[in-house]
Amino acid sequence: MAYLELKSIVKSFGSTKVVQQFDLAVDQGEFVSFLGPSGCGKTTVLRMIAGFEQPSAGSITVEGQEISHLPPAKRNIGMVFQAYALFPNLTVGQNVGFGLKLAGVPKAERDARVAEMLEIIKLPQLADRYPYQLSGGQQQRVALARALAVRPKILLLDEPLSALDAKIRVSLREEIRALQRQLGITTIFVTHDQEEALSISDRIVVMHEGKAAQIGAPFEIYNSPKTKFVASFVGTLNILEATVMDWGQMRLSIDGRDVTTSHGFTAKAGEKVSVALRPEAATLGWTNDGRNHMAGTVEEVAFLGSVVRVRVRFEHQTISLDTFNDPANPPPLRGATVAVAFKPEDLIILEGGTTEANHEPGTAVDAPVAVTELA
Amino acid sequence: MKTSSVGAWVAVCIGVFYLLMPLMGTVEFSLRMLRGTYSFEAYKILGTGEFQQSFLFSMIIALLTIIVSVLIVVPTVYFVQLRLPKLRPIVEFITLLPLVIPAIVLVFGYLRLYNSSSWLPLTGTAEATNVLLLFAYVALALPYMYRAIDSGMRTVDVRTLTEAAESLGAGLGTILFTVILPNVRSAVLSGAFLTFAIVIGEFTIASLLDRPVFGTYLQNVGAGKPYNASALSVVAFAITWASMGLMQVFGRDRRPKVAH
Ligand SMILES: Nc1ncnc2c1ncn2[C@@H]1O[C@H](COP(=O)(O)OP(=O)(O)OP(=O)(O)O)[C@@H](O)[C@H]1O
Ligand SMILES: [Mg+2]
Repeated sequence: MAYLELKSIVKSFGSTKVVQQFDLAVDQGEFVSFLGPSGCGKTTVLRMIAGFEQPSAGSITVEGQEISHLPPAKRNIGMVFQAYALFPNLTVGQNVGFGLKLAGVPKAERDARVAEMLEIIKLPQLADRYPYQLSGGQQQRVALARALAVRPKILLLDEPLSALDAKIRVSLREEIRALQRQLGITTIFVTHDQEEALSISDRIVVMHEGKAAQIGAPFEIYNSPKTKFVASFVGTLNILEATVMDWGQMRLSIDGRDVTTSHGFTAKAGEKVSVALRPEAATLGWTNDGRNHMAGTVEEVAFLGSVVRVRVRFEHQTISLDTFNDPANPPPLRGATVAVAFKPEDLIILEGGTTEANHEPGTAVDAPVAVTELA
Repeated sequence: MKTSSVGAWVAVCIGVFYLLMPLMGTVEFSLRMLRGTYSFEAYKILGTGEFQQSFLFSMIIALLTIIVSVLIVVPTVYFVQLRLPKLRPIVEFITLLPLVIPAIVLVFGYLRLYNSSSWLPLTGTAEATNVLLLFAYVALALPYMYRAIDSGMRTVDVRTLTEAAESLGAGLGTILFTVILPNVRSAVLSGAFLTFAIVIGEFTIASLLDRPVFGTYLQNVGAGKPYNASALSVVAFAITWASMGLMQVFGRDRRPKVAH
């Protein structure tokens, strides 16, 4: 049985359903990220686990025990906020010891635990400082130590790194992950940054409009996105519209160029499907190893150092592809005619793109999202 | 100098003059008890037991008023802000009532409600009347206390701090007294200054409830001994300011202020 289980969670504010039929099982010691755009309900699910919101329906269990009826103070679930939320009137040491003091831990033991926690977050010299005397990164580490000092069953982090600048964000997320492994604490981490989620999670829950669009390991989410939404939100995939030519041979046409895929689909000839291609799966130039080839015109070349990102236009659609920098092989010039090559198995058919799928057209998941990100 | 700044200086001087003149006049008058010479003769009244008792009584009532109103206002503002933001206009209106309803009306209401033949004869004994006086002063202080604490609490992220404390196992009492109150300390203090000043100078309610506060004592003295009354006014003024200064010194946030 999973350590933390959310079953058919629904949350409505008035008449708007913010979370719909949300199911999730988290194992002990697992690090799960909630990834999704603003307003998709990540915080709301997290707050229901913490006890700050009541689910409208569904159950939340920890170690098999229903916790939905418990107030936050009785759940023993640690929480780290985007805004740090350190107590301004208490020193760093007092902040970290706050929960221990409430739990009635004797002073000597408390002091030892506070010292140990400050050691773990590498700020042992700052015990007597006040929060306003610390940098944002330091404050967030103290908030982490404060949440962990009481040995909670679960640690919840709501975009803990969003208020920090890029460099600290990367180093702190690695620290959080290392600390989480070291303590073996079951953790849920909310973010809208796909790179953050991919780099530190055991599993990712991609959320879209209050539902879990896909749950899986980063490798799985990135390489086999199930829906157009997941594909466009995770990674920098190219999303293209294709017309089915031959259902049996899995032949498609993209802007009049014939391609094949090795992934099965249900759409019939003449119907349109959405397909995805990762930028690193495509190369430039003709090959003769059974790859698909599409002729196009180079529209943009971005030299990024070790990687050169090229945008190629066919007719109405473009794709971006990444090639490694090679001193012996300069990148193509703008306006040049090139061939884009990729393997049939790299052309992913997206669930939400088939005509049968109940995806309303024109939602926020249009293909250009990913393409413009690349440009 | 530009004419606009000349105008500003003139305005400031008129303002200062307007405020200081009566005070200086009172000081000057209080020194003229002995004919033809300036002396501190009038100030000898400070040595009398009546003055000391009445002033001490007023100070104690003022401090109690501050404590009671903080205990009422801090949780009220906290709940309005956190759970019932829609009630804010109503609560604000209620806290403004003491400014609209004259003290004399308030005290007559009290006397009707709590007279010795009523269901709750608070005016029956001196102790109970003191309690009534205290509550009357809490009502008078309400507009100032509420406003100060409300604006103080708006500068604190009450919701997140509450949730952080809750997730660490804190109950309501702990949150109010160890998380919220310390962080609105300067707001509480500024409310306390005003309350203190109001209570020390209050006359109407105390007089009609017949309590021996400083205001009624001063009025009694003033009826027959004008020089002494002026001296008392000056001293009361000085002590009030000194007390507020002390509250400032001891109640202040001793952490150095640093910008983020
Ligand atoms: N207390 C509330 N009352 C009404 N609506 C709410 C409330 N809290 C959240 N919502 C709505 O629920 C939806 C989901 O909000 P939520 O805060 O969970 O989003 P999120 O995924 O955390 O977004 P972000 O990345 O911006 O933090 C939003 O549309 C929001 O407006
Ligand atoms: Mg959020």
